[in-house]
Amino acid sequence: MNRRNFLRSAAALPLAQAIGGTMATFGTAQVALAAGPAGGNYHRVLILVELKGGNDGLNTVVPYTDPAYYALRPKIAIKRDDVVQLTDRAGLHPSLEPLAALWRERQLAVLQGVGYPEPNLSHFRSIEIWDTASKSAEYLQDGWLTRTFATQPTPRAFAADGVIIGSRDLGPLAGGGTRAIALANTEQFLRIARLAQPLPIGGNPALAHVQKVEADIVQAAAHLDARYKFTTEFPSGNFGNAIRTASQVLANPSGVAVVRVTLSGFDTHSNQVGTQARLLKELANGLLALKSALVELDKWDDTVVLTYAEFGRRPKENISGGTDHGTANVQFALGGRVAGGLYGSAPDIARLSSDGNPSHAVDFRGAYATVLDQWWGVDSRALLGGRFAPVPFLKT
Amino acid sequence: MTPRTVHFTRMLALSSLMAIAVLARAATAPMGYDDARHLLARTGFGPTDAEVRAMAAMPRSDAVARLLREARTTTVTPPPAFAIDTGPLRPPGRDASDVERKVFLQEQIRHGLELRAWWVQEMLATPSPLTERMALFWHNHFVSSQQKVRIARLMYGQNAMLRSHALGNFGALLHAAAKDPAMLVYLDGAQNRKGQPNENFAREVMELFTLGEGHYTEQDIKEAARAFTGWSLNRETGEYLFRPGVHDFGNKTVLGRSGNMDGDTVLDILLAQPATAEFVTTKLWRDFVSPDPDSREVRRIAQLFRASNYDIKVALRAILLSDAFWARENRGTLIKSPVEFIVGTLRQLEVQPPSGLPFAVLSAGMGQNLFSPPNVKGWPGGNAWIDTNTLLARKQFVDRMARADENPLRMTTVAMPPSRNMPNLADRTMQSDGVPKEVLSPQGIAGDEKLRALRMARNVDRELRKLDFDAVTWLAARKGGTPEDKEHAAQALLLALPPQTPAPPGVVALDFVRSTLQDPVYQLK
Repeated sequence: MNRRNFLRSAAALPLAQAIGGTMATFGTAQVALAAGPAGGNYHRVLILVELKGGNDGLNTVVPYTDPAYYALRPKIAIKRDDVVQLTDRAGLHPSLEPLAALWRERQLAVLQGVGYPEPNLSHFRSIEIWDTASKSAEYLQDGWLTRTFATQPTPRAFAADGVIIGSRDLGPLAGGGTRAIALANTEQFLRIARLAQPLPIGGNPALAHVQKVEADIVQAAAHLDARYKFTTEFPSGNFGNAIRTASQVLANPSGVAVVRVTLSGFDTHSNQVGTQARLLKELANGLLALKSALVELDKWDDTVVLTYAEFGRRPKENISGGTDHGTANVQFALGGRVAGGLYGSAPDIARLSSDGNPSHAVDFRGAYATVLDQWWGVDSRALLGGRFAPVPFLKT
Repeated sequence: MTPRTVHFTRMLALSSLMAIAVLARAATAPMGYDDARHLLARTGFGPTDAEVRAMAAMPRSDAVARLLREARTTTVTPPPAFAIDTGPLRPPGRDASDVERKVFLQEQIRHGLELRAWWVQEMLATPSPLTERMALFWHNHFVSSQQKVRIARLMYGQNAMLRSHALGNFGALLHAAAKDPAMLVYLDGAQNRKGQPNENFAREVMELFTLGEGHYTEQDIKEAARAFTGWSLNRETGEYLFRPGVHDFGNKTVLGRSGNMDGDTVLDILLAQPATAEFVTTKLWRDFVSPDPDSREVRRIAQLFRASNYDIKVALRAILLSDAFWARENRGTLIKSPVEFIVGTLRQLEVQPPSGLPFAVLSAGMGQNLFSPPNVKGWPGGNAWIDTNTLLARKQFVDRMARADENPLRMTTVAMPPSRNMPNLADRTMQSDGVPKEVLSPQGIAGDEKLRALRMARNVDRELRKLDFDAVTWLAARKGGTPEDKEHAAQALLLALPPQTPAPPGVVALDFVRSTLQDPVYQLK
């Protein structure tokens, strides 16, 4: 924290503005110069896509040759002929067909069997575990990205550490100190942000904190706008709008390290088939538009998109044509430097726990370690409370 | 004795006499406006000018004594009818259909919103704000959340229980909380049975309710969990029920004491530990004095607390009469919680809304969804209350208050505005009403339940527009002969510290009130 403040105050404002001003011309190299001395390659962007409610991983990446899968899901299984084949055993839900091209280009990594020990099946608690990267019985106040930026700050000239789109909940950016901005769309944020005013920071710690947050709002508002005109066409609907806003945020020259968008509605306890098909279609079209927009901005090679959810769903369907809260799940990673392919291992649905859930093969903190160690060059060990083997989904 | 030491001794005697005189004066002299404001702001929800003036004439010790003496144990606002219904609960059984479950759940959600509205209304109306502050303090200590408990009547029961003990005896409160039906659901006590112990309550009662981390072992938790087996509730009546058939009557050892002990005995063992008094005193200090507890003072007060057999008023009196409580450097060092911010604003601007609901919804949007703390540790509070999102929500709320008499249709009202192409009904209604999209969802309400919450929440804007606040009239009612005097009086009431953004001279009343409410100091107490 101290270091962070030091770096912030050390960056004299005119210099920061000069760097911000030149970035549009010279690209991301300038941002790298403005970063801390070691690690923190925050010109590389992380885009988190939360599939809120707990997406059913088993119908997202389908083990289409496994008789156990069809036995557990007589009503809602994806038919063998309908899957988008990835390998001779795994296939995508048909709604994800737009991602097939990315898979062929080897820019789509599929992480299977992701979870954590002693899984918690409450939405609220489990997403908190994911967002804080805590152990199952450990309560941490700060999000894992909040801890990251406290240890290794982003450049002062950045508009913000991260932008949360379409949700009030700051998730992995919650807690002390981080420069996180939540907005639904940029114009409206700018209008509301006029209530914040820049003030010298001083006084007791509580007052200084309020002033610092106020300054963060002013800083973000000064560096974000929605003027960039994309040729990419964005899908309609909430998620499409969120993807458009995310692209606009990333079109600003001043940089943010993280953007999170949320697609809600995955808590499919009943009549799952239609709902999930619609949501995954929104997801696939949104991700495709995101890729197109980032290619347009020449940032696709500096972007990793990572999907996540609080948990997967139970392998055995319930009597309402839906699925209940489960454990091990699927994550997607996409980007110009992603090494496409399958990682982890498919959940062993022949061996389920007493509550009907499979155990995990990959700890979710492994994917975070990949982002921290290999994408940003920030040592993950202290941030994640231990060493988690990175999932090697990035090209080296 | 040399003349010099004689002189020194005389000086010492003289100065101690003077010190006694100063102390005596402090004990009997009127404390004045600033001190009274400080005491009321820290023990209530934002005092009105009249309340501050009434207290300013009293000495500090008299004022503290009166606050404690007059603290109530019940509410003045009648609770919602469902809350005091004594009929059977009739939760859906194992063979209930999806529709039955859904109907029941939605009813509970609606009741939960009524409950939030009721509590906010009580905070606004109570003649005993300290009682509600302490009820809120214990709600954040003996945490339960409707999100897991589901049944709103149980949440009300817990709230009434917390209030009845709020300034009573901590030991009695601990025993009552441990047998509280909502708690038995929230921390899985109802599922804790012989041979299949559930350790959830046993762990949290040590870590979060009494000792604090580091004062017990994992083995203590396992043994204590066995002592709590059989503490359950009657599904029909929702009342505590001991089920001897699933209670473990075997020998247990907890914190070095062994025997065939039950849960009550374990709680008494926890109360006997000095760590418990220090843990609770530290938490009280953070709520009432400053973010940085003075460990020597905490020990002193904790000893008084424990020696009084955990009389909460003894601890509070010692805290409120401590030097640290009154110290200049500790004024304005605490961040108001969302409910303190909202209820305090309404009280200080002397606005009486017809319903508490919109304010409960606003509070949830600012990170404090009453009856639904985020997890068993409760709201972390302090600086964590303020991030870019919640600060803008707070600023929008007071902006809206200050502009209540302006064209309502043009007001900027939401921190999380809806986006344009809304596919479903819920979103369309939100757009027309400008209600924050996820205002209730972060901790409280998800999925199917959201729609109903949104229908309730969309009244927020409408309700706020109905508020009758006129900044010009309010400012004119301040004490003082000149406009400058009135402005000074307004800031002395509203701000715990001098403003960071002094309003430029000659601004009109509305702008003055607005800029005072927008000042960073207004976030503090």
